[in-house]
Amino acid sequence: MKNPVLDPRTPSGALHRCWSNHKEDLGVLSGEEANKYKVIIIGTGLAGASAAATLAEKGFNVDAFSYHESPRRAHSIAAQGGINASKNYKNDGDSTKRLFYDTIKGGDFRSREENVYRLAEISANIIDQCVAQGVPFAREYGGLLDNRSFGGVQVSRTFYARGQTGQQLLLGAYSALSRQLSKGKVRFFPRHDMLDIVVVDGKAKGVVTRNLLNGEINSHYADAVILATGGYSNVYYLSTNAMASNVTANWRAHRKGALFANPSFTQIHPTCIPVKNNFQSKLTLMSESLRNDGRVWVPKKKNDPRKPNDIPENERDYYLERIYPAFGNLVPRDVASRRAKEVCDSGQGVGQTGIAVYLDFKHVIKDKGKEYIEEKYGNLFDMYQKITDENPYKAPMKIYPAVHYTMGGLWVDYNLMTTVPGLFSIGESNFSDHGANRLGASALMQGLADGYFIVPHTITDYLSSEKPGSLNNTNEELFKKTTQKTAQEIEKIMNIKGTLVVDEIHRELGKTVWDKIGMSRNSEGLQEALESIPKIKEKFWTKLLIPGSKEDFNQELEKALRLKDFIELAELMALDALERKESCGGHFREEFQTKENEAKRNDLEFMYVAAWQYNKHGKPKLFKENLEYKNVKLKTRSYK
Amino acid sequence: MNINLKVWRQENKERKGGFKTYRLQDVDPNISFLEMLDILNNKLIKQKLDPVAFDHDCREGICGSCGFMINGQPHGPQKATTVCQLHMRSFSSEDEIVLEPFRAKAFKVIKDLSVDRTSFDRIISAGGFIPVDTGNAEEANTTIVEKTNADEAFLSAACIGCGACVAACKNSSAMLFTAAKVSHLALLPQGEPGKKERVQKMVATMDEEGFGACTNTGACSAECPKEISQENIARLNREFIKSQL
Repeated sequence: MKNPVLDPRTPSGALHRCWSNHKEDLGVLSGEEANKYKVIIIGTGLAGASAAATLAEKGFNVDAFSYHESPRRAHSIAAQGGINASKNYKNDGDSTKRLFYDTIKGGDFRSREENVYRLAEISANIIDQCVAQGVPFAREYGGLLDNRSFGGVQVSRTFYARGQTGQQLLLGAYSALSRQLSKGKVRFFPRHDMLDIVVVDGKAKGVVTRNLLNGEINSHYADAVILATGGYSNVYYLSTNAMASNVTANWRAHRKGALFANPSFTQIHPTCIPVKNNFQSKLTLMSESLRNDGRVWVPKKKNDPRKPNDIPENERDYYLERIYPAFGNLVPRDVASRRAKEVCDSGQGVGQTGIAVYLDFKHVIKDKGKEYIEEKYGNLFDMYQKITDENPYKAPMKIYPAVHYTMGGLWVDYNLMTTVPGLFSIGESNFSDHGANRLGASALMQGLADGYFIVPHTITDYLSSEKPGSLNNTNEELFKKTTQKTAQEIEKIMNIKGTLVVDEIHRELGKTVWDKIGMSRNSEGLQEALESIPKIKEKFWTKLLIPGSKEDFNQELEKALRLKDFIELAELMALDALERKESCGGHFREEFQTKENEAKRNDLEFMYVAAWQYNKHGKPKLFKENLEYKNVKLKTRSYK
Repeated sequence: MNINLKVWRQENKERKGGFKTYRLQDVDPNISFLEMLDILNNKLIKQKLDPVAFDHDCREGICGSCGFMINGQPHGPQKATTVCQLHMRSFSSEDEIVLEPFRAKAFKVIKDLSVDRTSFDRIISAGGFIPVDTGNAEEANTTIVEKTNADEAFLSAACIGCGACVAACKNSSAMLFTAAKVSHLALLPQGEPGKKERVQKMVATMDEEGFGACTNTGACSAECPKEISQENIARLNREFIKSQL
């Protein structure tokens, strides 16, 4: 494989002019010209649906694929808390620069300044766009938009729709997409998995898909391809991601030459409902916004058997407020998660398993009344009660961290293009804006920034120097070959005919990844992971059992194809975590911590993006994109 | 607890289906209903039998993927709850639990408990949107929306498109689903342009897709996991009549 050029193509000049200058320099196409091109989009969540709608508005023909039956089912729908925008409606001193700085700092100085500034700049347009689409954001009595604050920041800049912000934003993007479907500018292929990218003369020119309903494998030609396929938290088996969320499209692109950046940067969300038994299939998040009003605590005494309401105030350890007086319960996610693990490891954990902490609303219910909580978090409280059979209005919630988001993803340049020309990656599926830790309410912001406001411009620039094409004799053979390869792989998996079901192997993988590449990592554990993951892979290829036929609606086969790629990814995650001999954000290496048990960065040696190249025959090759900070001063994150 | 499942098995939309019974023993009452089906499926696979197909994804009650009939009720016995949020503690040991797909002409069975609900997408494509291009929006706070209207619109927009309303209706009407979207947009000033065309096209598409007529029995709203109110239907009717004037 050729050595890729790792050029971030970030524009020069003053930070606040970067994006507008760059946009002016990008090539454009008239609607009539755009109509000659076809773009394939894989995934129709927030990023994919918004990109599909916008590109179609600009005149491009879009083929959009999803494994869901409808774009409205994408996991963006489950985002609860909100979306950040530096509108400064609260007049609390918010600005583009402040949102930029919070995001860079929250990411522990492992993201590109230019990208993050652009994100902050665009944030305000997103809210305008969504309101125009009819997204029913929460409003104040005067009829203006309401805001709340979120972890890791001190201003109120989060726009929300109760605890269902993701749902409302996704339905907004879905309605914009539906409008283009009705015009025939977008064709939607439901229940299709993307299983390969077709690269013609070094450029992405199409994909291979499997129709989940009848197993048909087909190839599709396009002038460019966008991956908007989300994150890979399900490598841990248990995560807050939806059951089908997977890394397959990204991984297949990686195998075709797209570099994978910072795979070990995963986010553990501090407020999830704890694991209760071995049959558990997924974890449920309780929005971070709850930390605005709830107070986190554990009993001071170890293994305290008393009920939470029987423990008097002076015997409670409000550990976040104690350690971080300035931010208290609103410290960033990685910090809150690690501290929860710490108190549980020390024996102060609560509940049957001892692996949980309390999130208590007693004080706010007393001060502001039950109605206040109902209005703000009603659906979350209901959900909690349904799952746990406990009433959180009466006793504190029990919570524990769980895997929630992956900052790592396909490496992209400033134009959101991967190292394969013509292949773009947007939303959670790329590595771009969150560095080593994402702040709350920033995922929705990035998905929509990429989809509505960035990739439509940058892909037009790419296409303006490409001749619109179609399947011809020279590349037909290549498309056929790629399709056949995919079919052969499926055949191979069907023929293993072992004794283990997919979930059994996935659970084993998940346990390894959680134990060794989870909330905290060390060299020894990572080495162990590198030894045990190949064994799991071996098990997959010798012991797997898939029922039924490959020409059928076969949900086990779908899962197996995804697990295969998760196993390969897990190995890369371990390698990346081992290689990064520092702690930063969500990547906490036990060997590298301060006296106060905070992450200890090593800016001298590790201030880079680790971009890995797939190697069919051996160890992946590491390429480094060095990061430069010209506008912010590097400092140790402090939330005290 | 021990349970006896009677599950609708159907290979695909062309083949005829029928019930099969399965017994599960020592089920933990604290697992979710879908986790119980996971256990059943793992058992079936180990016996080299075809697992039960069912749709599901977020398992948090918001994506709208899951949904089938449990003892004749869409999403089962618990009020305002999707199947994925239902737990086995809602049943008693030795209960017989009957599982069937949502049945409607406009929802073809794909396999077992999984049905094709893309007809809903076509209703939305017919007009369930505000025609505004990206990048042309004015400053958000220049649009003032009364809080009561905004809250009401939100309640309508909270529909998850699962299809329980259709399954609950004796006429398999999609009225509540369509009305929720019409209401959401009609309650907001942004929805004003194109209002007449929207309601007419959406209602026409509903009929074309083979959904039945609404006779206001209210079963839809009673069974809706998101408690979408029947008032939406009144609002749709009002919008529809207004559009004819």
